[in-house]
Amino acid sequence: MVNNQSNSNNPRLNYDYRRKKNAEGMRIQVATFTLMIFFTVVSFVAVAADFSKWFVVPFILLLAVVQVGFQLYYFMHMSEKGHEAPSLFMWSGVTIAFVTVLAFMTIIWW
Amino acid sequence: MSTIAQKRGFASTVWDYLTTVDHKKIAILYLIAGGIFFLMGGVEAMMIRAQLAVPNNDFVSAGLFNELLTMHGTTMIFLAAMPLLLAFMNAIMPLQIGARDVAFPFVNALGFWLFFFGGLFLNLSWFLGGAPDAGWTSYASLSLASEGHGIDFYALGLQISGFGTLMGGINFLVTIINMRAPGMTYMRMPLFTWTTFVASALILFAFPPLTASIFMLTFDRMFGANFFNVAAGGNTIIWEHFFWIFGHPEVYILILPAFGIFSEIFSTFSRKRLFGYSSMVFATVLIGFLGFMVWAHHMFTVGLGPVANAIFAVATMAIAVPTGIKIFNWLLTIWGGSIKFTVPMLYAVAFIPSFVAGGVTGVMQAVAPADYQYHDSYFIVAHFHYVIVGGVVFALLAGTHFYWPKMFGTMLSEKIGKFTFVFFFIGFHLTFFVQHFLGLMGMPRRVWTFLPGQGLDTGNLVSSIGAAFMAVGVISLLINVVITSVKNERVGNDPWEDGRTLEWAISSPAPFYNFKQLPLVRGLDAYWLEKMEGKTTLTPAEPIGDIHMPNSSFVPFVISLGLFIAAFGAMYHVDDKAWALPVLIGGLVITFGAMIYRSLKDDHGFHIHKEELMEENDDKGVKA
Repeated sequence: MVNNQSNSNNPRLNYDYRRKKNAEGMRIQVATFTLMIFFTVVSFVAVAADFSKWFVVPFILLLAVVQVGFQLYYFMHMSEKGHEAPSLFMWSGVTIAFVTVLAFMTIIWW
Repeated sequence: MSTIAQKRGFASTVWDYLTTVDHKKIAILYLIAGGIFFLMGGVEAMMIRAQLAVPNNDFVSAGLFNELLTMHGTTMIFLAAMPLLLAFMNAIMPLQIGARDVAFPFVNALGFWLFFFGGLFLNLSWFLGGAPDAGWTSYASLSLASEGHGIDFYALGLQISGFGTLMGGINFLVTIINMRAPGMTYMRMPLFTWTTFVASALILFAFPPLTASIFMLTFDRMFGANFFNVAAGGNTIIWEHFFWIFGHPEVYILILPAFGIFSEIFSTFSRKRLFGYSSMVFATVLIGFLGFMVWAHHMFTVGLGPVANAIFAVATMAIAVPTGIKIFNWLLTIWGGSIKFTVPMLYAVAFIPSFVAGGVTGVMQAVAPADYQYHDSYFIVAHFHYVIVGGVVFALLAGTHFYWPKMFGTMLSEKIGKFTFVFFFIGFHLTFFVQHFLGLMGMPRRVWTFLPGQGLDTGNLVSSIGAAFMAVGVISLLINVVITSVKNERVGNDPWEDGRTLEWAISSPAPFYNFKQLPLVRGLDAYWLEKMEGKTTLTPAEPIGDIHMPNSSFVPFVISLGLFIAAFGAMYHVDDKAWALPVLIGGLVITFGAMIYRSLKDDHGFHIHKEELMEENDDKGVKA
């Protein structure tokens, strides 16, 4: 129960609440983990099934983006309190990188 | 370790500064190094203006002129303006948020020494076969064709100093996020802290593109790569994009802290709360955000096509909106205030019309079709000097006067300060106003000389006379510094008498642990609030206790020195010199060895004990 510390010495404080919260967290983690394995399998299938590369490449990239989201928000707990500043900076960085790549794709290497 | 100041010899003072990790001493190092580079950039500017004073002049050769203008731009942006702003950020920001130091004092020192050795390396080019000569933008096809080692000095020097700046930016971000005093919420932070925060975020996102592009340039020139070599399948335009993806945020990295300094000055000397505080914060963040969406307006004439040009033109004009919000907020801060025209306030008031003039020409250039006329003419030179000198340099001069007592404990003379202001202000407008018209009449920028009888003679002469006025202004500031330091009349906590933020509540200069007890912040302009309730000290947020301090360290100097040595090896490797490779490897060994030493050796710092702090209270009869 490291993710929800309390500043009280009493180990029984909010015990039921924390227990419930952790159980819920565990359930979500298992669910996302299953989904992530599923995504990986789907990507391999997409390549193995010999679809057009105009479908396969964007499709795998899309799955990758979703995976990164899962990783950050469910495994690395970015959705929890106290992660506002890191998430702000990560999203700013993503935005800037995206704009840069978009501009390079459209006006240099078009 | 005693907390009582002792008389020191010269050598021990030098050693103290070489090893310091104290943000206030690092600020002084930044101020001195940045000031020296500012003077060097100024001498280069004077030589440029001397060459252009009369037509057909041969005061300097064409090649030397290219080196002078390149080094003037590079030095002023990377080695003068930014470090001087970092000096004020270091000196003031931790005090403004009620912190005892920055988050990573060691990294802070490392940042300074990397900047210093990078700048030193760049300027050694004058003595080692010629300075860089492809302009501060160093566009790739030109810089790849440049002979000698000039561009190598540019690439390696800026790479090293860029690492330092990046570290400084990250350090300030972590400090502001994590080390605010109790009660100092984001929306209670002074504007200078806010602009430091946003500028640091811009550093964090803007410097990696520069680092990447300089690496590519380094490899193209020194290790046989072909990133920008069109003949070998590279693309020379990529450099321009990367450079301006960095370069445009860079100008906001410069101007935002300048805005912050002026915001503090306006509210202090109008003796009013800053008008529209929350809209100021919003505008700062918005400028920072939009700053990344406009870089291609430097490249309208490259041939990006009408769609790209139109998008970037509109985005550029959008930036005028938050900037306008700021201008009106400053005007309304002064409006109805009880105004005191001190030297910092004079600069602040002069800044508004000067900067607006530069902003207006900026919007003119944002109109892409019109920009085809302005491009690469003196109109551009006039524009960016109006925003950078009229904005950033005015802020640096104002900040020097405003924060001098907090950094050194003495007041710069107001009389000489006014003399400096008058000469600098008149000289600035004399130099650059006429350049708008020179540009419109067709004088290209970066031109070595011009012919008589083309309508350019008078304008250039006026411009050069103006430059001499600015030089007089700067020299009088130096004299002011010397006189003030010799007189050494100490001042109290709040020498301007109208200080509003936390830094004015502690002694000038601040004790090395800053705050004996972390202050409790009860609103915006925390110290002003306390003063309005008749108190002279801050409300403490904690009882007096032991203070944990970091130890001084010589390691940052050694790490930076190693890279400095390695840079020589990398550069002369091209000439097939036998010693080059060992020097490159040796330098890197020094750097990484010092890093390993730092990682493996535990350094827990030391504590100032409660008893010592209490004793000091009794000695002086004052409270921190």
